[in-house]
Amino acid sequence: MEKVLFRNRRPDRPATLTEYRQSGGYEGLAKALAHMTPKDVAEAVRASGLRGRGGAGFPAGRKWESIDPARKGPRYILPNTDEMEPGTFKDRILVNADPHLVIEGIILAAYAIGAERGIFFIRPSYEMDAQLLEKELQNAREAGFLGKNILGSDFSFELSVHRSAGRYICGEASAQINAIQGRRPNPRKGVRSTDRGLWDRPTVVNNVETLSCVPDIIRRGPEWFRTLAATPEGDGNKLYCVSGMVASPDCFELPMGAPLREIIFEHAGGMLDGREFKACLPGGTSTAFMPASLLDTPMDFDNMKKAGQRLGTGSIIVFDHKTCLVRATINIINFFVRESCGWCTPCREGLPMIRDLLLRIENGEGKEEHIARLREMTAMMRHAYCAFAPGAAAPVEGLLAHFEDELREHIRQKACPFGLGKPRCGDWEARQFAY
Amino acid sequence: MDETNGKSPVSACAFTPGERSLPPEVEEELKRKVAAAEHPREMAVDVMYALQNHYGYFSDTALTHACDILGMTHVELEELATFYDYIYREPVGKYVIHVCDGVVCYLRHDDAFFRALCETLGVGLGETTADRLFTILPTACIGDCHKAPSMLINGVFYGPVTPEMVPGIIADLRKRAEEDIEVMCR
Repeated sequence: MEKVLFRNRRPDRPATLTEYRQSGGYEGLAKALAHMTPKDVAEAVRASGLRGRGGAGFPAGRKWESIDPARKGPRYILPNTDEMEPGTFKDRILVNADPHLVIEGIILAAYAIGAERGIFFIRPSYEMDAQLLEKELQNAREAGFLGKNILGSDFSFELSVHRSAGRYICGEASAQINAIQGRRPNPRKGVRSTDRGLWDRPTVVNNVETLSCVPDIIRRGPEWFRTLAATPEGDGNKLYCVSGMVASPDCFELPMGAPLREIIFEHAGGMLDGREFKACLPGGTSTAFMPASLLDTPMDFDNMKKAGQRLGTGSIIVFDHKTCLVRATINIINFFVRESCGWCTPCREGLPMIRDLLLRIENGEGKEEHIARLREMTAMMRHAYCAFAPGAAAPVEGLLAHFEDELREHIRQKACPFGLGKPRCGDWEARQFAY
Repeated sequence: MDETNGKSPVSACAFTPGERSLPPEVEEELKRKVAAAEHPREMAVDVMYALQNHYGYFSDTALTHACDILGMTHVELEELATFYDYIYREPVGKYVIHVCDGVVCYLRHDDAFFRALCETLGVGLGETTADRLFTILPTACIGDCHKAPSMLINGVFYGPVTPEMVPGIIADLRKRAEEDIEVMCR
């Protein structure tokens, strides 16, 4: 297969501007500025079928076209580089592989929506990426790809880096807008960013992997992009992260719709020695556990949905037969409890209650009624303001759907069947076991 | 360390706790950046980071300066400072060790790695060593899952880490502590 996003990926260093240009870089931008209107660019992206890679899978072209063309004044593009969902590291690898691919994608999106300013939102643990991007933005500026009258056209655009100070919720589009505005990053409810975004202006928040598909869609056409995927429902290539109990964890560029089994057992080298596959989270920790019976599902948005799953970010976390999934879910829920912004009640109150129920079961104090209560509580999470709480509930729902026997076994034995005791005070895990 | 011994004021104070005054040139530089911004408030986190680097943590004095520089109220900034996990309202070491406790790192190690870290440094999780060099903070996923178990020290990833590697990493940082005066991201 042809690599597009990772065509310049090297083991030791990011591709330079020169190397990127030798691989067709910035030709898409030159073509767009010389021969295409902003509307043409948005239409090409819509025709390509490109869907958001940040997890929701919303068609990128439709998002761009939802901005009211009559609205005058500033517009913004926010390339979202805040990935923080456990198991997700594709954006960091992408930015470090080919920074100018990302930058060109942002410039093209800005042209399509008429944005004059873009803000790269970077999480604090990616400080090295922030420094790399600042250096490469300067190189792009000097080469005439950023700033006033880009490539001699009447299109001007400036792109800068915003250093975040942490927290998973900042990856949520409306929370990110609040964060940049120097406000507490609570998600907003009922307001569309494309209508009232940053400083109440039309704003597009796109994941950087989504944006990085744009240069080649423009350069080689939407029809070419449509031929890349492995399934008719798929769109282009996808970056799949594989981590957990596999032999060769890494991030792989594969056709969208590659079967889960192939990704884990061929590309990621299969299971570690002596370990058997038990389950995986297919798209980060806000998706549901998938059992071995679903391994042949094609990993694209529609086929995953058909299988009752979510593609999410395509970040696969693999669990083996020796892992207690109740214990692992406690770790995951603890992440969400800690990262909740606490603004709305279902999330703030409900997630600690779900954790409490799981802790009781894991500690051998579980009762049959706790399983029904877990179902009730996870269903309540859809009443939260944003997608955070329903995402947090997903692994628990997967546990209930496919591993209810394991939960029951904890209750029946009045102990963890994997022989895991309560952590000792002071141990790393002990913090997660405080009721 | 003395602010007048030729080192830049930011680096001289970077890991020294205590309420030093803010050199006028640092304050002016920050005010200039805020004035140049499209909206002053978008500089809130940048200003907090700069003052945190100066004071070694985001102290009450730093908070007051930030309010003055940004034209924001105490409560507006306190709300941010307590929300973000990379802004520290209590003193931390020069090297903040962010140890990932996400589920992938959880799968790839037992308590041994954490225990090695605590034993080598002689402090518990969330605590700072007496020489004010190291703080251990368990942290939400740092995005290094393919190299689990992983940790992040002042912006640099260490992974995969085994308990055996811990003493060497710490000894190396101790050796560099004198030269490493610039603290970019704790």
